[in-house]
Amino acid sequence: MVKSKGIASWQWAALVLLRVVIGWHFLYEGMAKLFNPYWSSASYLLEAKWLFSGFFTTIVSNQQLLKIVDYLNIGGLIAIGLGLIAGFLVTPACIAGILLLLLYYVANPAIVGFKSSMPAEGSYLIINKNLVELAALVVLCFFPTGRIAGLDRLLFGPLKSKVSKEE
Amino acid sequence: MTPEKIEKKEELAAAPLPPKLRRRDLLLAFSTLPVFGGFVAAWLKKRKFDERKRQALLKELGLSAEAPAILPEGTLKRSSQTIRLGIIGVGGRGEHLLRCAGFVHPRWIESRRREAKLNRLNRDLEIFLSQKDTNCVLTAVCDVFDPRAERALEASRHVLRNGQVVEEKGAKRFRHYQDLLNSSEVDAVIIATPDHWHAAMALDAVAAKKHVYLEKCMTRTAEEAVKLYEAVKSSQIIFQLGHQQRQQESHLRGRQIVERKLLGKITLVETTTNRNSPDGAWQYEIPEEASPENIDWEQFLGPAPRRPFDVYRFFRWRCWFDYGTGLSGDLLSHEYDAVNQILELGIPKYAVASGGIYFFKDGRDVPDVFHATFEYPDRELTLIYSATLASDRYRGRIFMGHDAWMEVGETLTVTADPESTRYKEMYLEEIIEPSLPLFSFRPGAKGIDAVTSASERYFATRGLLYSYRAGKRVDISHLHVLEWLDCIRDGRQPSCNIDRGFEEAITCHMATESYLRGRRVEWNPEERKII
Repeated sequence: MVKSKGIASWQWAALVLLRVVIGWHFLYEGMAKLFNPYWSSASYLLEAKWLFSGFFTTIVSNQQLLKIVDYLNIGGLIAIGLGLIAGFLVTPACIAGILLLLLYYVANPAIVGFKSSMPAEGSYLIINKNLVELAALVVLCFFPTGRIAGLDRLLFGPLKSKVSKEE
Repeated sequence: MTPEKIEKKEELAAAPLPPKLRRRDLLLAFSTLPVFGGFVAAWLKKRKFDERKRQALLKELGLSAEAPAILPEGTLKRSSQTIRLGIIGVGGRGEHLLRCAGFVHPRWIESRRREAKLNRLNRDLEIFLSQKDTNCVLTAVCDVFDPRAERALEASRHVLRNGQVVEEKGAKRFRHYQDLLNSSEVDAVIIATPDHWHAAMALDAVAAKKHVYLEKCMTRTAEEAVKLYEAVKSSQIIFQLGHQQRQQESHLRGRQIVERKLLGKITLVETTTNRNSPDGAWQYEIPEEASPENIDWEQFLGPAPRRPFDVYRFFRWRCWFDYGTGLSGDLLSHEYDAVNQILELGIPKYAVASGGIYFFKDGRDVPDVFHATFEYPDRELTLIYSATLASDRYRGRIFMGHDAWMEVGETLTVTADPESTRYKEMYLEEIIEPSLPLFSFRPGAKGIDAVTSASERYFATRGLLYSYRAGKRVDISHLHVLEWLDCIRDGRQPSCNIDRGFEEAITCHMATESYLRGRRVEWNPEERKII
């Protein structure tokens, strides 16, 4: 069994890779919505049948509120994406990403008994891709990869880890 | 805490910033930034690719990407002349038309307020309050059921003026419609009675020089349609038939698409009705208070055969040929007019219809499953109508051309045919993706509004309830009434005038006649007769 004495550089590299690809996904989701004049979170929110479904309906029923939520969502996705790719404020970016994904999951959970008419490109039981991405962000939350490769290294200084010692 | 954990914690603890940033730190800090370069390059490439495809498509289609700025001219003008309205027949539809003209019963406002509290997506009241001031006064009301007449009188005293409901003098009730038409206090009349009264009332209104807004179906028989057509044509009155979908933005867009020949040669149009509720099959609620004491049964019967008082026949008149024509006059009429609006088909040469009473065995004599086929040999086109009142499975209204097919309801979608001549090259160049529509138009795409009942959902999906103007949801019946009023003021012809009405009535009656005679019928334009 491998002892968790330290994290090897290739392990850090793998975590950084995970962070960057998730960041890319967030960034593109935000950009695609920003440049699509027809996009609105309304239909997604209206699908909500579980927790907060009343709250989501309130959002949709109010055009101004819906607009704000749309912009918050787009802005959030882009900011999280930028942060994760650049390794800038990685932990807050991870937490924000987790919250956003949690909202998406709650709105359309893959739980038995909750049927959603949103098209799904796979088959899911409880765990769906939102939850997988969320779990990946939870992992990244506990590994400050931004201080290994990312702007957090300048902001908070490099990690004084075994990696640097070994090298 | 175990020593190992403490050690790890220390390891991960922030190290103080080094006095001088080493080159290695800078390299690592910026190491992921080149990813942005890759992202931007990939993103720009995709955008360029998508945009090139879109532009090529729009250029080929001769369309602009913007939503169409289609507004009937009349609705853009300020109405200066006050019009004195009368209404004959204030059932569900009549009361709705009154609201479209700005007259509302306070109890309706209360009920909508309650519903909006229960369902925050219900915007009926908001939509009503945002209606334009029609600059009308309701001076006369006629209904043969006392509670409805009283309700209309109450509505006449509550008028929408610039977003506020204000109290006004209100209307006078007339027991007989002729008295209403002879009143010097009435300039224009809305007729929303059962179909068997349409022709007689409209003819009398024309004789009394009153402008007419007549509900569909224009008449109950072809002979009546001919008479009314001649009377209106030789008069000065402004006539509008109640096909409100003439104001539907997606229909107006559909017409543009056909005019630009984007569908190629259209040889088949299929249109449908699917409903599956008692209400949708005209089993309307019977008010508890209804009795021979408060219903003028003799006046209701009018030109129809004499029968003893029957509350079902009074409230559910659409179920009997004595008073209407069933699916033909109720829903085929809308479907036909929508197609006529887009294609300008006119009256067909032949019609064949069939159907039966297969589900609602409630004593009705009109079919609840009904189909009609109309042939237009000159246009080389067939129009099919297929309806059931016992299945809600949605079937659209589809225009099938050699190059593309178009589905039109509240939204519009054009899909290229893989075997098309016109789009063949674009398929090969991958400008057109076979899995995606060529063009789609969704008015008000940014917002979603609730449609509450099953029947209401039916009307909304067929484009019969709402449209959007400047991004705001509007009741198209309001736009249709408004167009009629503006045409009265300006002396113009409205979109569903007597010519369109005549085509609608004859087409529907050809289907009815074919069903009743059990054979194909033909329209003789010289004699103006169904043979």
